[in-house]
Amino acid sequence: MEFFEGVLVSEIYNPLFLILGIPLAGTIILACISNRHYAAWFNVIISLITLNGAVSLLVIRPLETMLFFIDDFNIYLVILTAFVGFTTALFSAAYIGRESKARRLSLNQLRFYHSMYQAFLFTMLLALTANNIGVIWVAIEAATLTTVLIVSLYRTREAIEAAWKYFILCSVGIGLALFGTILIYLSAQPIMCDGVAALAWTQMIKRAEIFQPELMNLAFVFLLVGYGTKIGLVPLHAWLPDAHAEGPTPISAILSGLLLNVALYALLRFKMLINSNTYALQPGYLMIGIGCSSIFVAAFMLYRRGDIKRLFAYSSIEHMGIIIFAFGIGGTLANFAGLLHMAMHSLVKSAIFFAVGLITQATGTKRINDIRGLTVTHPILGWAFVIAVLAIAGMPPMGIFMSEFLIISSTFTRNAWLAIPVILGILTAFGALIMRLQGMVFGNPGHLSPKSERTYQGRFLRSIGLAPLIMHLVLVLIVGVYLPKSLVIWFQSVAKLLG
Amino acid sequence: MILSKFFENYAYDVAHLIGAVVLMMSFGLLYQCRMTAVIRIYSFQAMVLALAAAWQALIQSAPHLYASSLIALFFKGIAVPFVLSWLVRRLGIHRTIETALGIGPTMIVGVALVALSIVLLLPVTTLSTAMTRENIALAMSVVLLGFLMMITRRNAVMQVIGFMSLENGLILAAVGAKGMPLVVEISIAFSVLVAMVLFGIFFFRIRERFDSLDITYLETFRGERR
Repeated sequence: MEFFEGVLVSEIYNPLFLILGIPLAGTIILACISNRHYAAWFNVIISLITLNGAVSLLVIRPLETMLFFIDDFNIYLVILTAFVGFTTALFSAAYIGRESKARRLSLNQLRFYHSMYQAFLFTMLLALTANNIGVIWVAIEAATLTTVLIVSLYRTREAIEAAWKYFILCSVGIGLALFGTILIYLSAQPIMCDGVAALAWTQMIKRAEIFQPELMNLAFVFLLVGYGTKIGLVPLHAWLPDAHAEGPTPISAILSGLLLNVALYALLRFKMLINSNTYALQPGYLMIGIGCSSIFVAAFMLYRRGDIKRLFAYSSIEHMGIIIFAFGIGGTLANFAGLLHMAMHSLVKSAIFFAVGLITQATGTKRINDIRGLTVTHPILGWAFVIAVLAIAGMPPMGIFMSEFLIISSTFTRNAWLAIPVILGILTAFGALIMRLQGMVFGNPGHLSPKSERTYQGRFLRSIGLAPLIMHLVLVLIVGVYLPKSLVIWFQSVAKLLG
Repeated sequence: MILSKFFENYAYDVAHLIGAVVLMMSFGLLYQCRMTAVIRIYSFQAMVLALAAAWQALIQSAPHLYASSLIALFFKGIAVPFVLSWLVRRLGIHRTIETALGIGPTMIVGVALVALSIVLLLPVTTLSTAMTRENIALAMSVVLLGFLMMITRRNAVMQVIGFMSLENGLILAAVGAKGMPLVVEISIAFSVLVAMVLFGIFFFRIRERFDSLDITYLETFRGERR
């Protein structure tokens, strides 16, 4: 079935109502549910309905309006976001269940957490489906605000510092992105009509070739720095490791797996505008430069990490660098690889954070040196973790290997010299991850404290916690071994769209 | 008839004047070290911003900008400074605040930033009207000075004020861009509102845990526990 061509356009049932309305309603309802079991499972159900709505986009595509639209590019990110949102909700039910059993979170905090979880999903889906570059900006700002609140959930000194840093840095970044948006509007102003349509992306792209190129150049610099802060590109990444390390682990999973993608999506929309103006600068070079710096700095930072969550936060920076590098290279193949890498990184990185969450709960520590012999003490978890880390490091059978391979081979066809820093960066990161992995999963487990042993008990919660992890890994394996033909055609059409 | 003639002649001059006053207030923020004075200058800047928005609404005949003007006047000009001074009193931080860079060098850097934004923006906006060009250059100066303030001040409240003056610059840019849809302004105001609530919560938590709002205390933690 060719599901992406000849889609139905329906006026009666609009999936956007489900996709945006359900998380918004969930935000309000979950704020009222004080029973922690109900809240966790209600969160899962809401996310499942949202996922249903997202999947129905494949069959029924809503009409394009001045505020919302769905095209080949954002449809996949919407589905990916809804999917990871659902699996993370499932994981969160297990994780938070144990956290509250261990009395680390009060009932009010839990209520707040679940409510903000849905609010966060809502803002991300809003940013992805919005047609208006102003609305995209608002949604990303709101996503920042909701995540700041969740990152500070534990209210420890570290969590507050992380949240404060995150808030200040990202607010400033978002401010710059707004200035860039205003400049883009000014570059379009002599041509576009007034009103909401003037900021509608679908209207702008039609006329982008006659926008004022100099203003667009300036705007892109602001947008790259602004949204780049949110993506976590290297000179602007200071908030990312802290926010990932101190927030609850399910939030680390969606921060890394989804939010970074959403900010990247916003940047790519602007890149498409600038690409279609022949007199404007080629954004590719800037993106290649910042991508390389991200890959390198993050790869070397990986070596000296002592905290397991910070280790994988730096790995996210590295992968964002790889993705932005791929889009900077441009061309159908590199764009295709970049899109694939976005999806694969999102799945694998959230799987890793699921595993990390279970590991920290099982061992009672986040310090890498204190975690030993996981494959002996917790065989399923330990081996799943091994597979996930090998996947993120880029080992062959998994999807990430494929996308990295495509990125490097397409770089060789463009400019062979550019491929060298990327290969070196990836190898450096590979070495660091394998080195850290060995210590954690093999060797003598030593003794686990009896208290942490007890918190890991509960067969039901354990299997619920493991299910999303294994689900993600299986998906990534399938993509790595066999990519369905229809998916390839679809990816290629988007890659062409990106120019 | 006479009135419309008046507008034609003075529309640009007055807009320019108001924009320049907003910029001067940014310099005032950089210069001033005492907490209460900084809050007052911020309040005045927001009120001038309200005037700028109202003037733009008049000359562009864009009534929705009056809404932005009112938001700037009542929320940013009155409510926010009120809450801030309440916080300052409650937390007992009347004292003067240390700056990371002396006043003199800060001023020189500030002037350089204004020059930078003029040099950067005037050549690239040749197709826009003179009004838009000057306005966007002033707005960018305010944004950059807001940055400078955030960099040079060590105190959390001061940094927040620097951030909010940066937002003032953004709104100045938005109201000056002719025909920019309202969606954006309302959303900005809304996000500032949310941000303010957040800041309030943050202040209390920081107060609870650190006994000081000085950011240097926060920096002791680098996140790497070995």
